Amino acid sequence: MADPIIAPSGQVPGEFQARGAWRPGFWAGFIGIGVALAIVVPVLNLWVSPNSAIAVPDYIVPLLGKYLCYAILALSLDLIWGYAGILSLGQAAFFALGGYCMGMYLMRQIGTRGVYQNPVLPDFMVFLQYKELPWFWYGFDHFAWTLLMIALVPGVLALVFGWLAFRSRVSGVYLSIITQAMTYALLLAFFRNDMGFGGNNGLTDYKEIIGWDVHSPGTRLGLYLATVLGLGIAYLVCRYITKSKLGRVLLALRDAESRVRFLGYSVTNAKLFVFTLAAVLAGFAGALYVPQVGIINPSEFSPGNSIEVAIWVSVGGRGTLIGAVIGAVLVNFGKTWLTGAFPEVWLFVLGALFVLTTLIFPRGIVGLFRQLRRPSPQQPKTMPVEEQA
Amino acid sequence: MSDSRESPDETREVRPARDVLLYLNGVTVSFDGFKALNDLSLVVEEGELRTIIGPNGAGKTTMMDVVTGKTRPDSGEVFFRGNEDLTRLDEVAIANLGIGRKFQRPTVFENLTVFENLELALAGTRGILRTLFASETADRRGRIEATLSRIGLSAQSGSLAGALSHGQKQWLEIGMLLIHDRQLLLLDEPVAGLTDRETEETAALILDLVRDRTIVVVEHDMAFVRSLGARVTVLHEGSVLAEGSIDYVQNHPRVIEVYLGR
Repeated sequence: MADPIIAPSGQVPGEFQARGAWRPGFWAGFIGIGVALAIVVPVLNLWVSPNSAIAVPDYIVPLLGKYLCYAILALSLDLIWGYAGILSLGQAAFFALGGYCMGMYLMRQIGTRGVYQNPVLPDFMVFLQYKELPWFWYGFDHFAWTLLMIALVPGVLALVFGWLAFRSRVSGVYLSIITQAMTYALLLAFFRNDMGFGGNNGLTDYKEIIGWDVHSPGTRLGLYLATVLGLGIAYLVCRYITKSKLGRVLLALRDAESRVRFLGYSVTNAKLFVFTLAAVLAGFAGALYVPQVGIINPSEFSPGNSIEVAIWVSVGGRGTLIGAVIGAVLVNFGKTWLTGAFPEVWLFVLGALFVLTTLIFPRGIVGLFRQLRRPSPQQPKTMPVEEQA
Repeated sequence: MSDSRESPDETREVRPARDVLLYLNGVTVSFDGFKALNDLSLVVEEGELRTIIGPNGAGKTTMMDVVTGKTRPDSGEVFFRGNEDLTRLDEVAIANLGIGRKFQRPTVFENLTVFENLELALAGTRGILRTLFASETADRRGRIEATLSRIGLSAQSGSLAGALSHGQKQWLEIGMLLIHDRQLLLLDEPVAGLTDRETEETAALILDLVRDRTIVVVEHDMAFVRSLGARVTVLHEGSVLAEGSIDYVQNHPRVIEVYLGR
C-alpha cells in the first residue's frame, strides 16, 4: 500500500528507492523465510524421529526463539540507528523493561504453587516480608493488562527520555552516552530489593502462561511460533516505515539534520516517533524472551548488553532490515557455540567482529553481498552516519 | 523607516512602493564578546531581489542564521510580513512560515535520489504522522518533474544525490528551494565553486525566480552580483555600511576603503 500511483507494475522509472517495496519478489522471500521458521522447524521437532540427523531436538526450540527475540531487538535498533542515525546504547533497557512486565505476569500466575504458597504475593515478597502487593503489581494477573504495559512502560520511558534529549538537540555520541547512563541507572535501581522486582535474583520459577505449562515442549513450541509471528510483524512495520515518506525524512535527517529543519519538518518529532516505536518493539521482544529463557533479572540492563545489540546490527549491515536480523541470529549462534567450546575467547571474538566490520566492511554482511552481486557506481563513497557524531 | 543606513546621499531609483517583507532593526549578536552583528538594520521589500556583500566576518551568514531561527539575537527585532516576530520562533516554524534557505556548502540528501530530494522539499504536509501514510499524487509528481526539467536534472532523477557533481548539487538545492515554494528565499553564495557558464545560468534562474517571490543573495563574486543588477547592501563588522545600486556602492569611499579597494 506504499504509493498507489507509483508502486503498481513498475512502469514508472526508478525515481523512488521505495519503488517495488511490496513487489512479489519481496513477499516471496518474506513468506519463504516465514514458512521455513514457522512450519519446517515444528515439523522437524514434532514428527521427525529424535535420532534422525535433521531432527530439531526440544532444547533447540527455545534457543531459536531466543535468537529471534534478539532479532526483533536488533530490528528496533536498526530502525533508529541505521535509518535515523540515533545510536542508542540503551536499547536493551527497553527490552528488559518489556521482559519485567512479562515476568510480573508470570510471577502472578504461580499463585499457591510457590514455595510459601501465598496466593497473592510472589515468593520473594514473602521472603522479604512484604505485607501486601505493591501498587505497581496490580493488574499483572491479567494478560491483557500485561500486554498493554509491555507497550506502555518502554514506550512512555522512551517518549519522555527522547523528548528531553531530542528537544535539546542531544545527538551523536552524546546521545549514546546518556542512553548508556539510562540503562546503567535502571540496572542499579533494579538490583535494589526494595524496588519490588526481586532485586538481584529477578523474577523466575514460572509455572504457566495463559494456562499453559511453561515447561512443556508444546508451550515452548507455541512461544517459539509467537516469536516468529512477532518478528514477522516487527519486520513489516519497520519496512513500512522505512519505505514511507517518513522513512525518507529519517534518511535525510540522518545525513543533513539542519537541512531537514529548514525544509520545515520537525526533526524532534520524527526522531521521537521512531525512538518510541523502537522502544515498544524492544519491549515486546523482551516479553517474548522471558518465558522462553525462564528468568528476568537486572543483568539484562547491563550496559554491555546494549552495546552487543549495536554489534549485531553492524555485523549484519545497518540500514538494511534483513541485516539486523541476520546479524542478531549469526552473532548469537556464534556466541552459543563459542561460549560452549572456548568460553574464554568469546569477548575477544566479539571485539574483533566489531573492529572488523567498522574498518573493513562498514555495510556489514548484507552490504558485502550486495557489493559482490552488483558493484554499484551510484553509491556514495561513505556512509555519512558518523559525521554527526 | 529611519534606520541607521549611512546612505542619505544615495540616488534612489524610482520604484513603486511595496510592502515590507523582512524587517531587521537594531539586531546584535555576539559570540564570546565578538559582535558578529552590531546594531544591524535592514529592510527587504516584497518581491525584491537583494544582494548582500561584505568582507569575511562581516556578518552575512549570521544575518541569515538570525532570520531563519538558527541563532537568537541578543537584542533587536526581526519581523516577517510585518507581524511575525521571528525571534520567538524556531527553524521549523520559520520554514513553515515561508522562508527558505540555501546553505553555503550545498547540502542535499546524499542517500536519497534526486527525485526524492525534491519530493521532501515539495510544499505540502510536514506532520510526522502524516508523512508515514503519505502517498504521492500524479499532480505532485508532475510538479517534481517540471522542477527537474527546469534545473536540468531530469536525466538524473533516479540517481542518488550523492553521485551528482558539485554544480549539479547546487542546482538541486536551488530546485529544492524552488519547489518548496517559499515567499522569501535566502541564498548563501549560490555560485561558489561553479563554472562561469553555470554561474550565468544560475543568475538567469534567480532573475526568473524573483518574478514571484523575494530573494536575498549573499555573494562574494562581484561579476555575479553585477549580473543580477539588484540593490546591493554592503555589510561591514556586523552593520550596514552602504546600500544602493552596484555602481553606487562600488564608488562609495568607505566601501572602497574596507572592501573593494583592497
